[in-house]
Amino acid sequence: MAQLIDRRPNAKGKSTVNRQRFLRRYKTQIKKAISEQISERSITNVDSGESVSIPTRDITEPTFRNDQGGVREGVYPGNKEFARGDKIKRPPGGAGGKGDRASDSGEGEDDFVFEISKDEYLDMLFDDLELPNLQKNQLSKMTKSKSVRAGFTNDGVPTNINIVRSLRSALSRRVAMGAEPRRRLHELEAELLGLQQEVGGDENRRRELEGEIEALRNRIKKIPFIDTFDLRFNNFVQRPEPTSQAVMFCLMDVSGSMDQETKDIAKRFYILLYLFLTRSYRDVDVVYIRHHTQAKEVDEEEFFYSRETGGTIVSSALEMTRDIIAQRYPPSDWNIYAAQASDGDNWNDDSPVCEQILAQQLLPQLRYYAYVEITRREHQGLWSHYENLLAKHDNFAMQHIREYEDIYPVFREFFRKQTQ
Amino acid sequence: MSEPISTGAEWTFELIEQYHAEIEAIAEEYGLDTYPNQIELITAEQMLDAYASVGMPIGYSHWSFGKHFIKNEQQYRRGHMGLAYEIVINSNPCIAYLMEENTMMMQALVIAHASYGHNSFFKGNYLFRTWTDAEAIIDYLVFAKRYIGECEERYGIDEVENLLDSCHALQNHGVDRYKRPYPVSMREEQERLKEREAYLQSQVNDLWHKTIPRKEAEEERKRQPNFPEEPQENILYFIEKNAPLLEPWQREVIRIVRKVGQYFYPQRQTQVMNEGWACFWHYHIMNTLYDRGKVTDGFMLEFLQSHTNVVAQPDFDSKFFSGINPYALGYAMMTDIKRICVDPDEEDRKWFPDIAGSDWQQTLDFAMRNFKDESFISQFLSPRLIRDFKLFSILDDEEQSELEVTSIHNDSGYRYIRQALSNQYNLSMNDPNIQVYNVDIRGDRTLTLRHIPHNKVPLADTSEEVLKHLRRLWSFGVKLETIDSDGEVIKTEECAA
Repeated sequence: MAQLIDRRPNAKGKSTVNRQRFLRRYKTQIKKAISEQISERSITNVDSGESVSIPTRDITEPTFRNDQGGVREGVYPGNKEFARGDKIKRPPGGAGGKGDRASDSGEGEDDFVFEISKDEYLDMLFDDLELPNLQKNQLSKMTKSKSVRAGFTNDGVPTNINIVRSLRSALSRRVAMGAEPRRRLHELEAELLGLQQEVGGDENRRRELEGEIEALRNRIKKIPFIDTFDLRFNNFVQRPEPTSQAVMFCLMDVSGSMDQETKDIAKRFYILLYLFLTRSYRDVDVVYIRHHTQAKEVDEEEFFYSRETGGTIVSSALEMTRDIIAQRYPPSDWNIYAAQASDGDNWNDDSPVCEQILAQQLLPQLRYYAYVEITRREHQGLWSHYENLLAKHDNFAMQHIREYEDIYPVFREFFRKQTQ
Repeated sequence: MSEPISTGAEWTFELIEQYHAEIEAIAEEYGLDTYPNQIELITAEQMLDAYASVGMPIGYSHWSFGKHFIKNEQQYRRGHMGLAYEIVINSNPCIAYLMEENTMMMQALVIAHASYGHNSFFKGNYLFRTWTDAEAIIDYLVFAKRYIGECEERYGIDEVENLLDSCHALQNHGVDRYKRPYPVSMREEQERLKEREAYLQSQVNDLWHKTIPRKEAEEERKRQPNFPEEPQENILYFIEKNAPLLEPWQREVIRIVRKVGQYFYPQRQTQVMNEGWACFWHYHIMNTLYDRGKVTDGFMLEFLQSHTNVVAQPDFDSKFFSGINPYALGYAMMTDIKRICVDPDEEDRKWFPDIAGSDWQQTLDFAMRNFKDESFISQFLSPRLIRDFKLFSILDDEEQSELEVTSIHNDSGYRYIRQALSNQYNLSMNDPNIQVYNVDIRGDRTLTLRHIPHNKVPLADTSEEVLKHLRRLWSFGVKLETIDSDGEVIKTEECAA
């Protein structure tokens, strides 16, 4: 008789190790593919993995093989019209009788395309990056706390009584307190039994024993079933927790000088930032603020795609950020990040104001402020004023993007792991 | 007439057991000699896992298995690929995996096909008997996985991975085709392991110690006989025994890859026979079930539909054509042998005087035990089958502008076609013939391989990469010479030290 085994409950994913090995080996190629693809994702789409494509020739396993050519003879089924000695024109696609079917259907030199999961994707994307100043800030601003179990105590409120523990200690107390009288009781009972079987036993002694037995029984009965002494309570302590919510302010200039391409670059940058924040924080709020001469809070669609014209006053957006933080995101509860994208244009008199608002009002409240300037021209006033901030505030950073290709490197520059 | 075992499409464990009992009884009546069976029900995901590890239940870790897994998974998810209904492992007990998605009919079919067809082939065929040890394979794989895992811990994943890459590149050249191997056995392996490590190292050292150049080195080198004295076709074995700088553990890893390659070697040589044998028996067993009233008409129709798909042979000009279907050819040949035995005509008596009219079970059993695809075809392909398949042969000489039809399915062509088809299954004509030719033991230790092209078929340009792998194993320069039919070297590829 055969053994019949149901293997279905066994763990699947026996190939996980090998899959990991594969990803590990082709990390460079996969990272490259990913950095080329990030621009195509929607900003808040982080629930999906990514399809990665790497060149097939990189992953082939070479062996000694015969090539096409030489003299070959093949046998084929289904002859219809051929007779011996017939000559047939060589089918296109080289020698080998039947052409090369594999490459006809496009499997020959294609890229090797496969899916990686969301986690694998993010791991690759943010490999070697970290949130700046995260640790330091957490320690100084840990405000949220959480109740965690911490064993048992002897006093507490009735709702926290641990019944099993309490009854267990009551039982052991009862056993302990009753041990001596019970032993004595057994002795006396044995003696009494002996006395009763003896003919003409000592009547006085018998009565005495009965009295003593009665007294002992009463004593045992009086041991309380449960005592306040027995009570055990679940113990909870408050443990400070790093807040796990973050808000990300996206600030963007939408004045006439910002064309769609520049906005697109900004968008890709924001996507990266968002993805990166979701790795460290459970909930990430995104606030979109766009501005020309006035700032306005908008939704994602409007943020990226509607066009405005007019001059540029950056400070309007900074003020709005400050106000929204004051109203909705107290820095004690929220990790606040802000990223500003601009082409560098600003009304000249406004740049010193920006510097001042940032230095005095915003930066002290923020975890990190990143400024990207997307332009191919010379830097203007805003850049030099921001440069002043750079020296004094280590949670402020600025980078310059010229082309699409710069986005990912610039992003990595912002969040490169600091070696201390 | 008895009641059918089941009427619905759903399977249960009880039903599988009942079907199995019937099938087992029938197989016994037909005299199929098998290993004990172990039937395991698995899910589609587990089937994908099994694919990636070439059907082995346990395998060492390597990225290439991950690659295959990802590839299969992609194709499966996109619907480009159906999964096999079953995978069967040449071990004792013989393990067959059945997919959970199969209908009751498929499960019965798979049990007949794998657990009795393939199983008896594994146990009976001479190639499997000499090249593999069904008793020990699972133990050996466990040993291999653990050993390679330990090496990774000790020497680092990268180190081991690189070594395995190089070994895999040469895995097809790790078999002695003309020598009989010793079957692998777990216990002996372990006992010999330590001993072998020490011994190997001393051997290697010995070889190279004796080769410290002396004064008249140059003179002597000319007189020095080739090392190895005879060309060696088993490149991996040669490396394992002779590469100067390998550590003992590296030699052991090479050995593992070689042994695993050897285990699969018979499968490549008996595809047509193995599948043909299994199809032949599932067909007979299922029909016997039907004759005995154990299965319904519906069951039988479902079976025939599936069976017909499996053994269909599309014509060369069909869009479904992808070479000769080993299931179709094998099944047709097995059935044809039975026909020649049971109901021979004049032609059969002339072509197969020794088997025409003989006992078909004995004849088939003999054929199953003593042949491989190449010899099986040249022995048993009948003119009638050549006509049925309308086989024709085409000569493709790259020096000619046109292809030539060399023979077709007529009187003058039968023998020619039979030989041509047999050659098509001759591994030594399909794998490039590359041998270890010489080692410059007195000089810079360059290893020279020789490629002897068959019918002027050139080597694919992957050879350059393979040479790099070979260089990594050998640690010194490696050279690949291609020689023409006169023995003159016409091309040399080199991978310097």
